[in-house]
Amino acid sequence: MIETQIAIIGGGPAGLQAATAAGQTGAQVLLIDNFDRLGGQLVKQTHMFFGSQQQFAGTRGIDIATKLAKQVAALENVQVMLEATALGIYEDGVLLVEQHDRVHKVKAERIIVAVGASERMLAFPNNDLPGVYGAGAAQTLMNVHGVKPGHRVLMVGAGNIGLIVSYQMLQAGVEVVGIVEAAPTIGGYLVHAAKVRRAGVPIYTSHTVKEAYGEGVVEGAIIWQLDENWSPIPGTERDVAVDVICLAVGLSPLSDLLWQAGCEMAYVPELGGSVAVRDELLRTSNPEIYVAGDVAGVEEASSAMVEGRIAGLGAALSLGLGGETAFKHLQEAREQLTALRSGPVGEKILAGLRRVEREVATDA
Amino acid sequence: MLKKTGIPTQADLQEVYPRPERLAQGPVAVIECFQRIPCNPCATACQRGAIQPFEDINDRPQLDVDRCNGCALCVASCPGLAIFVVDETYSEDQALIKLPYEFLPLPQEGKIVAALNRAGEKVGEGIVVRVQNPPAFDRTAVIHLAVPRELASDVRNILVEGEPHAER
Repeated sequence: MIETQIAIIGGGPAGLQAATAAGQTGAQVLLIDNFDRLGGQLVKQTHMFFGSQQQFAGTRGIDIATKLAKQVAALENVQVMLEATALGIYEDGVLLVEQHDRVHKVKAERIIVAVGASERMLAFPNNDLPGVYGAGAAQTLMNVHGVKPGHRVLMVGAGNIGLIVSYQMLQAGVEVVGIVEAAPTIGGYLVHAAKVRRAGVPIYTSHTVKEAYGEGVVEGAIIWQLDENWSPIPGTERDVAVDVICLAVGLSPLSDLLWQAGCEMAYVPELGGSVAVRDELLRTSNPEIYVAGDVAGVEEASSAMVEGRIAGLGAALSLGLGGETAFKHLQEAREQLTALRSGPVGEKILAGLRRVEREVATDA
Repeated sequence: MLKKTGIPTQADLQEVYPRPERLAQGPVAVIECFQRIPCNPCATACQRGAIQPFEDINDRPQLDVDRCNGCALCVASCPGLAIFVVDETYSEDQALIKLPYEFLPLPQEGKIVAALNRAGEKVGEGIVVRVQNPPAFDRTAVIHLAVPRELASDVRNILVEGEPHAER
């Protein structure tokens, strides 16, 4: 049995910041991640980040991963377990972790779940052909493993992920024939859209994939236009010859561990799916379990980092650690999060949060 | 319409484009940022206080054109690659555009490249007169491109023919 005060599952932007914030209060922290290096999705983000200086705005995601991992490494009281998968959280609060073919029991006084989100699939005929990728998977292939996913790509989805991955494909020398977006307007930041557009990539709003075709692999896609009720318009079909169809149609919180731990859950479309009901310090209905980052609601890495700090400080304070300094940092983090969400892009998140944020019994 | 195509309209541009009197005085930034998003590195990058400090992180950048000298620090620092510098006084018949560029290999100085508009269409040719890529720019190079002056408000990208990403 490994005993620790705070176990953090997931070493992405939220988990790393949770580990640093909790570690700085003096708490014994165990940070668990299933990859062979820390950073989560940051390790493949080659673009400069938005936000403000406190969230490393203007710095490339991959460099943010390095900075955050260094902060964690500087704390002797934070242990890191890599290539380790959290399997389940049981009634007695024991967390099972598999690492290198061995299962470890972890008993922590607090657990912060920061496992992120997974890519959504889109239903269309032949979506199981090789050559249909999640945009994040294609990005991992290119930016982590140095492998081009193909030669000619149709991107599905003009949210930030679809736009950014399209741009990174161009940088890798992959042709992007177009971006289709079912909604009538571009969902991602317009500066990202302008950037891929002036590189010659057309964006087809109110369009979707009718079907993919190909003998054994993707050889092309039929796209068509949608009317104002999102119904396809017959006769608008267009054939695009591509060997890759990339799906960037949204993310869903990876909520399995929370369901299994018996946390009270709610389905909130604005937050991407099923998320844990929590208080403002991200404590769930199980007072030993906190959430942070995309698993708490799909949003940006900048807000995931701040949520990580809040959960890390909140968990430490609930154990009587950190004192006034931690409380002050907690207030600062909450103000940063409010500022990040105060614009038009934060409206949806705030609407979602109103449905899951409530007073959870607290012993802090 | 920008929200449907990714291409800013004339009306969008008019709102942010410096007036002819200012353009006639020399290099100045053109900030093509049309949406309130939580982002402020341009304001913190500006050494001259020309981009006003943001009260709210979601504010759109406000440029004091009289303080701006077109240094292009903001061009390299904008995460959205949405800032350009236009110098209509560059030569008798040419304007200089400073634009952010993140494709490798970087073009050689002196090279003639295709000049692209905001839709990625070739509208003419430009000469790469300088490539700025210091460590402080963190791999967002700033290309100084000389173009015919009448294209100064249109050209926002380049295509270096023969490079892998130019195959289309």
